[in-house]
Amino acid sequence: MTVPYALLGLLEREPSHGYDLKRDYDAYFGRGKPLPFGQVYATLARLARDGKVIAGEAEPGAGPDRKRYVITEQGATEVEMWLAEPVEPEPHQQTLLFVKVVLALMLGRDAEKYLDTQRAAHLQRMRELTEVRRVGGVVDSLLADHGLFHLEADLRWIDLTVARLSALAREVRP
Amino acid sequence: MSALVEARDVHLSFGPTPALRGATLEVAQGEILAVMGPSGSGKSTLLHCLAGILVPDAGEVHFSGRRIDVLGEADRSALRRDQFGFVFQFGQLVPELTAAENVALPLLLGGERRATALVRARAWFERLALAGLEERRSGELSGGEQQRIALARGLVGQPEVLFADEPTGSLDSLTGERVMDLLTAAAREHGITVVLVTHEPRVAAYADREVIVRDGKVTSPASLVGAR
Repeated sequence: MTVPYALLGLLEREPSHGYDLKRDYDAYFGRGKPLPFGQVYATLARLARDGKVIAGEAEPGAGPDRKRYVITEQGATEVEMWLAEPVEPEPHQQTLLFVKVVLALMLGRDAEKYLDTQRAAHLQRMRELTEVRRVGGVVDSLLADHGLFHLEADLRWIDLTVARLSALAREVRP
Repeated sequence: MSALVEARDVHLSFGPTPALRGATLEVAQGEILAVMGPSGSGKSTLLHCLAGILVPDAGEVHFSGRRIDVLGEADRSALRRDQFGFVFQFGQLVPELTAAENVALPLLLGGERRATALVRARAWFERLALAGLEERRSGELSGGEQQRIALARGLVGQPEVLFADEPTGSLDSLTGERVMDLLTAAAREHGITVVLVTHEPRVAAYADREVIVRDGKVTSPASLVGAR
């Protein structure tokens, strides 16, 4: 579910062609897993259908990659909300947290505030799992421990990222 | 719930180095609060100000509706002895004393008779799974045992507030969790308010709530709808 938001975020930065969006997505978020062109255009078509972007007229030399896409007010509001809300705490979500942080910095949003909100959501989940461990048997306790260790790893990453936000901002801001 | 312990816009510098720059915090009666933050953020200094160990350069510290930062050293010392309990990262037991004498220490310093103090101290050994270790000296105890003795010493006077500064910092994770299980269970059973400084999320997860100290200020996390 990250791709539509990432593309919307990149469009909020500046109106772009599909090709440029794919190039920026791959550079910042793809990292060894480039976005297929088909997925870029399918996603843009859905976003246009839902009123979140507007596709310009096809430019000379026609073909899907010749359209320029512009974010709408509705699309921008959606990006705003998505960037601020914490991700459901669960293991293996570092990529999603990373996309949110980079996009927030790119768009001049408060990435530190988002990370604080995310930290609070993680700690709340850790409190729940600590309670499961306290009242449960060995099986429950070990399952809860598995979750606790993964959430703790996320939290260490969050702290490290907070400490390096300025350096990351310098790298991703145009 | 009204605040039992409160810091209002507290500032404190060590020489030219500011440690606290306007820290504000409220801890409710019976609450277990985790104070988190990176190394050097001022979290331990804040705990020392709340506990009347350090006196802020500016701002106010209140305990139970009374302003304590304006009290003299003798009054603050009495307050610490009678109302507060402490647990630090390294148990800091007195090596010449037995475990039971270490636990009884705050009572003895408060003028309680030796025999009564030792009876009260011994009652904590069973509760903290330390039975049989009463006559040992600190050199004959494991790290986890020493830390549980230190916890018993912090709780023996039935304090209003227990101040714990990285109480599991010197322990492996399993032993640390045992200490935290016992600490939180005892605090809840006796209605003791706990201010817990830690940089470990797993330890903070035992608390009811956490705050983050950053650059000498307290940041409360955004409230999460439906989260608590």
